[in-house]
Amino acid sequence: MKDKTVNLKGGLGQLTIPIIAVALLVIFNLIRDPGFFSISITHNNYGNAVLAGNLISIINGASELAILAIGMTLVTAATKGQDISVGAAAAIAGSVFVKVLKSGAEISGGTVILAFICSCCVAMIFGAFNGTLVAVFNIQPMIATLILYTCGRSIAYWINGGATPTVTSPIINAIGSFAPGIPIPMPVIIVIIVTILFKLLFHFTSLELLTQSVGINQSAARLNGINTTFIKLLSFILLGVCVSVAGIIGVSRLGLINHETLLLDVEMDAILAVAIGGNSLGGGKFKISGSIIGAYVIQMLTITLYAMKVSSTDVKAYKAIVIVLLVVIGSPVVKERFAKLMKQRKKLAKGGEAA
Amino acid sequence: MQEECLLKLRGIGKRFPGVRALHNVDFTLRKGEIHALMGENGAGKSTLIKILTGVYQMDEGSVEVDGKAVNIHSPQDAQNNGISTVYQEITLCPNLTVAENMFIGREGGAWVNQKEYRKRADEQLQNLNIPARSSQQLGSCSLAVQQMVAIARAVDMQCKVLILDEPTSSLDDKEVNMLFSLMRDLKKKGVGIIFVTHFLEQVYEVSDRITVLRNGQLVGEYPTSELPQVQLVAKMMGKTLDELSALEDTGSRVEATGEVFYKAEGLSSEETNPFDFSIRKGEVNGLTGLLGSGRSESVRAIFGADKVTAGKVNINGKEAKISKPIDAMKNGIGYLAEDRKRDGIIADLSVRENIILALQVMNGFFKPISRSESEAFADEYIKALKIKTASTETPVGSLSGGNQQKVILARWLLTHPDYLILDEPTRGIDVGTKLEIQKLVLQLAKDGVSVTFISSEVEEMLRTCSRLIVMRDRHIVGELKGNDLNQAQVMKTIAGGEAE
Repeated sequence: MKDKTVNLKGGLGQLTIPIIAVALLVIFNLIRDPGFFSISITHNNYGNAVLAGNLISIINGASELAILAIGMTLVTAATKGQDISVGAAAAIAGSVFVKVLKSGAEISGGTVILAFICSCCVAMIFGAFNGTLVAVFNIQPMIATLILYTCGRSIAYWINGGATPTVTSPIINAIGSFAPGIPIPMPVIIVIIVTILFKLLFHFTSLELLTQSVGINQSAARLNGINTTFIKLLSFILLGVCVSVAGIIGVSRLGLINHETLLLDVEMDAILAVAIGGNSLGGGKFKISGSIIGAYVIQMLTITLYAMKVSSTDVKAYKAIVIVLLVVIGSPVVKERFAKLMKQRKKLAKGGEAA
Repeated sequence: MQEECLLKLRGIGKRFPGVRALHNVDFTLRKGEIHALMGENGAGKSTLIKILTGVYQMDEGSVEVDGKAVNIHSPQDAQNNGISTVYQEITLCPNLTVAENMFIGREGGAWVNQKEYRKRADEQLQNLNIPARSSQQLGSCSLAVQQMVAIARAVDMQCKVLILDEPTSSLDDKEVNMLFSLMRDLKKKGVGIIFVTHFLEQVYEVSDRITVLRNGQLVGEYPTSELPQVQLVAKMMGKTLDELSALEDTGSRVEATGEVFYKAEGLSSEETNPFDFSIRKGEVNGLTGLLGSGRSESVRAIFGADKVTAGKVNINGKEAKISKPIDAMKNGIGYLAEDRKRDGIIADLSVRENIILALQVMNGFFKPISRSESEAFADEYIKALKIKTASTETPVGSLSGGNQQKVILARWLLTHPDYLILDEPTRGIDVGTKLEIQKLVLQLAKDGVSVTFISSEVEEMLRTCSRLIVMRDRHIVGELKGNDLNQAQVMKTIAGGEAE
């Protein structure tokens, strides 16, 4: 019983900051505009009844980021570093996806699945490339992934011969927005599926324990028989799967692949989501749920700023201010001070009771 | 009170969540005195030192330096008040020169006059008889000299109180003597030294006074000459020495006669010369020799921790190939590494996760141990080894050294090994836990487990091992058993022909 409470506290400890951030953003928006989060049912071009509203567009818009943040969390935990090539790799994955779709005469369910598998495999291979540099050659993750970051969008450019082909298909449209009969945006459902798959992965394998061990103390992990190279490599390959899924969502939203702009600069947001989620960027212990909430915090912030009619050029600056606050509040120094303050107050309160 | 009081602590109290680490502790250090601070793990020695050095803040009590009340809120405060510490792990920078290490982070700021500093460093080194040159890279000095450089740094900062926290735990006898003569020199210069160690003989060799702590409370302060060693141990443990003598009697001096479990011929790794080695079922053997004699490297080769380059290994009569730790584990071998912090614990993970780790790895990637199962395992071993922890979910890094070591022991016991290699399992842990570990080794042997035991304390090995393999300069130079198992013979063999 005692153990459980300790646990709960510990778990909440990491999630305190992201949850408070969400709560503050919600309250702020409700004061600013009580109807901000109202959800309505509208009919889209295809005649489906679908949910609409700011809340839906926040959750929907953060989908790619949330999925990337999941993979980024694993890489961070195992390698004590981050992959900055996820945006470029997603452009490659998206290009492969479109290339395969375009290869047949018409786009059927089968072609989409085939295209997904191809895209996923390519992304995993690039993940394995990054992973090999990091795990086998001991190159710092940021330096190792800088290579793909630099050349990834060029590779994506070659795949479709420099064009930005469009794909028109009800299936692709459904992946990017709504499937017939389901009022919830498809990308949101995909996030839920990916999250569940990762939770299952953690449940049916010892990946979580092994990854954390490698991230905290590689030498000890090795002497306990853990194949540290494999664990690091695996984290990059799993991130590859996330990259491919995120890339496909991005492509499906627009119905075209633009290798120059698809998920541009998303890597920094993904790393930020991991950090806001209370995960140490120095590796080790991690919580996937923290990173996912982190992704929603970032998106909510963006949408809030847009709703306040802040111009898109200014948004980044305002975002930065809020993020500085979040990161400072979440820093160990502030946490320690806060804990001390609470302790003193408790003492005072106790003293008062005694008197 | 003819001697001058240098440092006076009164009524020191400190609480951590769920534990009262110190309660109403007094401590007095006089000028020109070597004062040993003794206690088992968890007695509060480290906490007291960390309060003195500003790492922790005390909850109650007062500190006086030279008769003036002071507040120590940070390591900087401690230094300004003339309190310097040399820790067990060297905290200097091995890639800088000796001089740079002596002056780094002190006056001068960005403009460092290298020449002047080197000159001053050389003077100080000469003054203290430290065999190092100021221009030498610190990393190229032996551990002992590195430690002495740390002390020289403290002396150069005009320290009045010098705290030495387990300074001798990785030194050999010669180096210990060097350190002791330096300590005596400083004592003559009026420096007060607080000496924390687990080696009782050293306390008697060098200290003037002993303060004993137990369970966060003061047991008493005694002049060293008036406190026999037996009584000191009794005070530290809070019980009589019956247990100790009981253990002496049960020593498994009888040579094991079971089948050979592990046998290596011409085994070598990148760190060792080729060597032969074997152990029987239910046998406890030991590898002894000075630091750097290759004893740790040899067992690392057996476990596949370093890259194995040659050799034939037979386990249970069948040929086996061990090239990485998991191979050894699958063959029933467990290995408790010498460096607990670096190669043992996963500090941020819980006691539970640390205990199940090796078993989990052996079970494989696709067979995770369920939460309830792992909790049951953890509870079982916390009870069996008397691990002091708030709960199964406490991060192992927050436990005391002895309890961390027990967690790692639990980790290997849980894999039910046929052969357990223990490299310095008792280093840096208290007397009580040492005895428990020795008992455990003997019990394991009784149950048919083979154990290789390495310890820098020869007495400990004599108590547990029925066969001692002596190493010198990375070669096996002798094997002792039966009547040859005594301290004199061991020393003679370690020293080689020169001892004759």
